[in-house]
Amino acid sequence: MATIDVAVNPRFRRRVRTSGTRRRLPTSSRVAGGIVALLLLAALFAPLLTSQSPTVGVLGDRLQGPGAAGHLLGTDGQGRDILARLLYGARPSLLTGMIPVAVAGLLGTAFGLIAGLGKPLLHSVVMRFLDVFYAFPAVLLAIAIAAALGSGSSNAIIALSVILVPPVARVAEAETGRLRNADFMEAARASGSSWFSLAYRQVLPNIAPAVVVYCTALIGLSIVYSAGLSYLGLGIAPPAAEWGLMISDLQQYMFTTPALLIAPALAIVVASVSFNVLGDGLGSYLNVRSETV
Amino acid sequence: MTVLLDAVGLNKTFDNGVKAVHNVSLTVDRGETVGLVGESGCGKSTTAKMLLRLLTPDSGQLRFDGQDMMSARGRTLRKLRKELQVVPQNPQTSLNPRITVRQSIEFNLRAHSFPKSEWSQRVGGLLERVGLTARHGDSYPHEMSGGQLQRAAIARALATEPKLVICDEAVSALDKSVQAQVLNLLAELQRDLGVAYLFISHDLSVVEHISDRVVVMYLGRVVEEGPATSVWAAPSHPYTSTLLSASPGSGRTRIRLEGDPPNPADPPSGCVFHTRCPVAFDQCPVDPPQLRTVGARHNSACLLTSPERPVALPPVTAMS
Amino acid sequence: MKRGGLLKNGDAGTPAGASTGAHRAAAAAPAPSVPGKNTLRVRELSTTFVSGRREVRAVRSVSFEVRPGRTLVLLGESGSGKSVTARAVMRLHGPRAVITGDVTLGEVDLLAIDDAAMRGIRGDRMALVPQDPSAALDPLRRVGSQITEVLRLHGVVPDKASARARAIELLGLVGIPDPQRAFRSYPHELSGGMRQRVVIAMGISCDPEVIIADEPTTALDVTVQAQILDLFADLQRRLDTALLMVTHDVGVAADIADEVAVMYAGSIVETGPAREVLERPRHPYTQALLAAIPTPGVERGQLVAISGAPPMAGEDFPGCAFAARCPFVQPTCRTTPPPLVGVGSGHLAACPVINPITPGTPVLGPTLENSR
Repeated sequence: MATIDVAVNPRFRRRVRTSGTRRRLPTSSRVAGGIVALLLLAALFAPLLTSQSPTVGVLGDRLQGPGAAGHLLGTDGQGRDILARLLYGARPSLLTGMIPVAVAGLLGTAFGLIAGLGKPLLHSVVMRFLDVFYAFPAVLLAIAIAAALGSGSSNAIIALSVILVPPVARVAEAETGRLRNADFMEAARASGSSWFSLAYRQVLPNIAPAVVVYCTALIGLSIVYSAGLSYLGLGIAPPAAEWGLMISDLQQYMFTTPALLIAPALAIVVASVSFNVLGDGLGSYLNVRSETV
Repeated sequence: MTVLLDAVGLNKTFDNGVKAVHNVSLTVDRGETVGLVGESGCGKSTTAKMLLRLLTPDSGQLRFDGQDMMSARGRTLRKLRKELQVVPQNPQTSLNPRITVRQSIEFNLRAHSFPKSEWSQRVGGLLERVGLTARHGDSYPHEMSGGQLQRAAIARALATEPKLVICDEAVSALDKSVQAQVLNLLAELQRDLGVAYLFISHDLSVVEHISDRVVVMYLGRVVEEGPATSVWAAPSHPYTSTLLSASPGSGRTRIRLEGDPPNPADPPSGCVFHTRCPVAFDQCPVDPPQLRTVGARHNSACLLTSPERPVALPPVTAMS
Repeated sequence: MKRGGLLKNGDAGTPAGASTGAHRAAAAAPAPSVPGKNTLRVRELSTTFVSGRREVRAVRSVSFEVRPGRTLVLLGESGSGKSVTARAVMRLHGPRAVITGDVTLGEVDLLAIDDAAMRGIRGDRMALVPQDPSAALDPLRRVGSQITEVLRLHGVVPDKASARARAIELLGLVGIPDPQRAFRSYPHELSGGMRQRVVIAMGISCDPEVIIADEPTTALDVTVQAQILDLFADLQRRLDTALLMVTHDVGVAADIADEVAVMYAGSIVETGPAREVLERPRHPYTQALLAAIPTPGVERGQLVAISGAPPMAGEDFPGCAFAARCPFVQPTCRTTPPPLVGVGSGHLAACPVINPITPGTPVLGPTLENSR
């Protein structure tokens, strides 16, 4: 009796890397996660990382380029150390990036659950209400709200929260909608539980991964928007350090000492991109493990 | 009162105009098993959903344990739900994939305010009763096999000590050897707890085995209902005879039905079965037959049947 | 019956055109030397899926044959390897599958020929009727064109017009009421039963010698299932095709099988004439499988149910795979793989406990796989 291995493609004879069922966070996301961690640490430990003041400068030292004595990244128009401003500025920049997302995450999920689980009428009412916000470009709406409320970081946070709720709500509603007619949902409805219990204990565990992943990436966007608001003078007030504010300060020197601008701009970009990449990686990692319906 | 579930004249038409359920009446007594049988599109699942009030009937009455279930709202409805649970068809999706089995069961306990202090003991007891271990309780659905998942779903259904459990094709997705285990389990639970079942399936051999009474549906209508033994031995409606004969390995000569099940959106006139019925005659497209008694608690919706002539289509047993 | 029988129209060897005839012309397989249909013979077929370091032995050394005009049913539950076997015979597995053994159709060694030759045989001399007809049909094309494509691909018809005529003829042959209309329809316009008939029509279009049906009725209603089984039986009578049917439904086997091979954990545990195996099973698993089916007369709650569940595909056992669940298990069962033992004319069972081996007992020997 002949034994023939003819169906085997010879190329596959070598050991193929096991894909298995446990996914790991892709390298890019790990790097991104590391960067995020560094940024958070830098913000937290700013006083320890620099002895310079972020708000008070020596006029005689103004507009020194990077690499000047004592000023690694140079000084701004008022003689303040750029590095110090960068580190201290990380706090408001990151906070005004993250807090609105946290708020939008909660509110948006709530709206999404209500719309997704409710009867068609309720669903329509909620979704159309959210659609109103989509009628305006998000940035302009944020600017309008912040301007109406007045400057200051808390108002900026409010403005950003408002514009971020609809996208999160959409994600939450879409995920909830997918689940609506699942067998276990029918069984759960038949069990006689309250709506809240149903939403919190049955639906939420299923939609949480998607929402969390989306929000993580949203932080990246929020950081850019908040810097934008500060840039326009709608955020935290000077002389506080904040990345958007720094850009607004330094832009007048763009043609004389352009190197100064690089620091805050790069900070914003790096922070934003890192959160995005982290969010993406989390997405593929969680989706494989989560075994959602 | 022995009648537990009493549904009369349920009707349901969907938005697309399809009348999925047409004047269906159903009763389940305490502690008995009623089998609801029919092929796809016959409306049995829709009926089940209406009984569970997951869908609202367009018209009809629904009483559970003497109470009106149609108009029940809020707290009254929730109290009724305690007594009426469901075991869904697909074991892979009948439990929430993101929470443990224990949490799924506790969800039902929470819904009816069983004291938290009792939960651990109750869950343990339920798992044991269905043949699972505490380890299963702490597992997630994707870690368990189909048979184990169905047992978990049964445990969950029993958590609130219901009087009636609707098994919606609960064993259809299981391997035959596992199916036998689950059927035995259901029978044992009924013996021990006195719970009634409405057992929905397309598999006649299973339905006949487990049911006291059988209800046969076709295109949204009840065509025959009666004690399981009578329906099996002397089916009173040509469709039932066909179903029985079509069960592979039943030993009966197969009655060949021509054509496919009609489109529910455009049902035939008169008796909806007449287009495929082997014994249809000229009156059939004209008069929609009503359910008439043809025997002890045995009704059939066929113009040919009557108490004097209960069998419309005499079965021919094949010589093997 | 001469090859071609009722279906051939025109000269079988004429290519329909440069491209459609190419497969036929390029087929390395020589024409069968025996006129009429051939037997499908499978010997010691094993299929192992390799993924990184993991090897899943889904099918272990199964042997069977299907003669023209006869029906063999591969009966088993999930993880038994029955579908994998059927697909291995048609070489439908991807490069990760290691297939060993011997599969011949007449003179052709199906495992030895190259991919192009196999493609020529598939659809032409061997046809597959899969489980889900909806998945087998292209939803964006009319049914008729899908059938004519098969006809033209294998050079069965000389031109478009005769392809159309033949397709309509085939649709009628499989019992579709209005073949002209069905020809013009899209799959979603037809019911499940009709779609399955269309897939069967595609399968028989080239008058194959072997039809392999993988759970063809599982997705269908019982009444439609009965019609489809009748159709298979009918077609087989007319075309003298060999039919290999894979199913988990004992009733289907009882209805349509001439021979039955019961599979468990990748091996055949019992095989023989259908009547014999289903009425006088000689392997504990077959007995358990049959006993698990609810029949009238069995008391409720008294179904004979064996504990546990069928093993996952590819699980390895030093001895008999069924030992963990077997009511007749002996210590040797767990250590020594059981050989297939003759228990009647053409009836074999792999259980030396129920069927003790005496000097006169024909034993098929521990198979290559099991003795490892």
